[in-house]
Amino acid sequence: MARDLEAYLRPEVTSTPFCPGCGHGILMNLILRAIDELKLNMEEMLFVSGIGCAAWIPSPHFNADTLHTLHGRAIAFATGAKMFNPKLNVMVISGDGDLASIGGNHLIHGARRNTDLTVLCANNMIYGMTGGQVASTSPVGSFTSTTVEGNIYRPFDLCKLVLAAGALYVARYAVTQPRLLIDAIKKALGIKGFAFIEVLSPCPTQFGRRNQYDTPAEMLKRLKEVCVLEEDAKMLPSEELGERIITGEFTGGGA
Amino acid sequence: MAGWSSIKGNELVESMGMREIASTLRPGAYYFSGNEGVAEGAIAAGCRYYAGYPITPSSEIMEHISVRFHEVGGVFMQMEDEIASICSVIGAVWAGAKAMTATSGPGFSLMQEAIGYAAFTETPLVVVDIQRAGPSSGQATRVGSGDLMQAKWGSHGDYQVIALCPWSVQEMYDQTAAAFNLAEQFRVPVFLMGEETVGHLRERIEVGATLTIYDRIKQPGAAPFGTEGDDCVPSMPSFGEGERLLVTGSSHNEFGIRKTDDPVAQANLVKRINKKILENREEIIQTEFYYLDDAEAVIVSYGFTARGSLFAVNQLREEGKRVGLLRLKTIWPFADRICQEVGSRAKAIFVPEMNSGQISGEIRKYVTCDVVAYSQTDGEVIHPNRIIEKVRSLL
Repeated sequence: MARDLEAYLRPEVTSTPFCPGCGHGILMNLILRAIDELKLNMEEMLFVSGIGCAAWIPSPHFNADTLHTLHGRAIAFATGAKMFNPKLNVMVISGDGDLASIGGNHLIHGARRNTDLTVLCANNMIYGMTGGQVASTSPVGSFTSTTVEGNIYRPFDLCKLVLAAGALYVARYAVTQPRLLIDAIKKALGIKGFAFIEVLSPCPTQFGRRNQYDTPAEMLKRLKEVCVLEEDAKMLPSEELGERIITGEFTGGGA
Repeated sequence: MAGWSSIKGNELVESMGMREIASTLRPGAYYFSGNEGVAEGAIAAGCRYYAGYPITPSSEIMEHISVRFHEVGGVFMQMEDEIASICSVIGAVWAGAKAMTATSGPGFSLMQEAIGYAAFTETPLVVVDIQRAGPSSGQATRVGSGDLMQAKWGSHGDYQVIALCPWSVQEMYDQTAAAFNLAEQFRVPVFLMGEETVGHLRERIEVGATLTIYDRIKQPGAAPFGTEGDDCVPSMPSFGEGERLLVTGSSHNEFGIRKTDDPVAQANLVKRINKKILENREEIIQTEFYYLDDAEAVIVSYGFTARGSLFAVNQLREEGKRVGLLRLKTIWPFADRICQEVGSRAKAIFVPEMNSGQISGEIRKYVTCDVVAYSQTDGEVIHPNRIIEKVRSLL
């Protein structure tokens, strides 16, 4: 991580726990860059996370109040803290398994209530920390430690889910779209209400090695290729859209 | 009652953090249900965050609080389930609130993982369990006291909690307020183990002009998860105070830094969260004694059943039977020393319970005299005549 963001990190933390090639380190950088550009006071920020690799992005690294909670429950914990002390600027950072599977109910109810939270879902499409089991976000046909013949179930479209539940701001970007992602995080932090960003973050260790990505670099390259901006997607013929992931802002009526 | 005062331990020790405040309600007599008593006791103790999910027979607590928080300025949240309820309570506590949730058996089961989190992160909070006849959905409108061992052992791993057993609407009010004080003083989840009958019972209570509350002790910069103090309870900071807190349910050191493979950090933390309750148990445990000095048979009773037990003891005394009653107002930590003392004097201990003998088994760990369990699990209260008949047959 660049030295200019060091003030946002706890001095006693000297390394990250992420595997080589993991997207979460990039995301950590981009979150802090958005906070830095907005000149937010870290003493007023509370970072809440659940269980899993992405939950370790803020805890213990960020030099602010951090609440590392139970698996799936980050939004419920964050709701209590925010509702009791509205002065806290509360950001939830967790993974797809945590927020959308075991915690799926809290995700949709947080959006429904329009609780003033910024929720970042680092989606690596797999259970990374526990050894690469299939997730509710794994693509059909993907190989995981529990789908050795390929996943037969459809993945959630998290943005559609959260938008339908009533979130004011919904966006999807990959860590390979850093500038767009920083701007989206800044925008989400400025939203008075429930803001949700799905961040595509590659997991070469658990997903890549089982799905024909020989190196982390190759996985990043493929992620860049597969992501298409919403406005560009409209120009593409439908047969070319099949494998592509549409990125952009999918705002609700209130933003 | 001479001879018993030495092991009473019933007075809360005056210490840092305690102060007298005016009661929220005007002093005087009120006619409340037990569930309303809980809500008012919580408000009086300073509870200003409540999250819950509807469940019979506890819902009136939530309904009453939702109305009263408008008047006293609290944050009420009806959450999507009991898991979210207790998790949001923990979040609110770390944001500075005194906070509570209330539920019944099925909801209490759902809350267990978060109760372990609260115990391990030393989060003071109150959970009210208005017990109904279980297991599972059981009989939602009928009574039981089958959740006592769950209160003690419900979450995984080794930890301690405090659990109180009220027997009247007055105690629903008083013990709820006391539960907040104990939670703050020991930084621990405290359970009020009410039963359906006391939740729905209506009776007169007296509200005093003042009550004693315990304020969170704050020592800026101090380690929030470790202490050099004798009581083993660290000070309790909140989010937004510039402490840059690290709160985690993973094993951690005194500053909250995750220690997932350090045997010393693991051993120290587990040891301390147990020790802080067990070594202070004489201060925590509250009991009541009736006719114990010359009693040959002693009824040990708690909760609603203790009302019938007291009636039985009075009746048997009129018949000249040497029978006494030990009432356990605190069920966890367990009154081991007092039971031991009672067991060394009595010929037999009789334990009527609306479960399959959860507390009679606990008493057997500490006494050598006969312990006769009387279990009733039909969703009805235990009639005093049943207790009288059984105790008579012992003498």
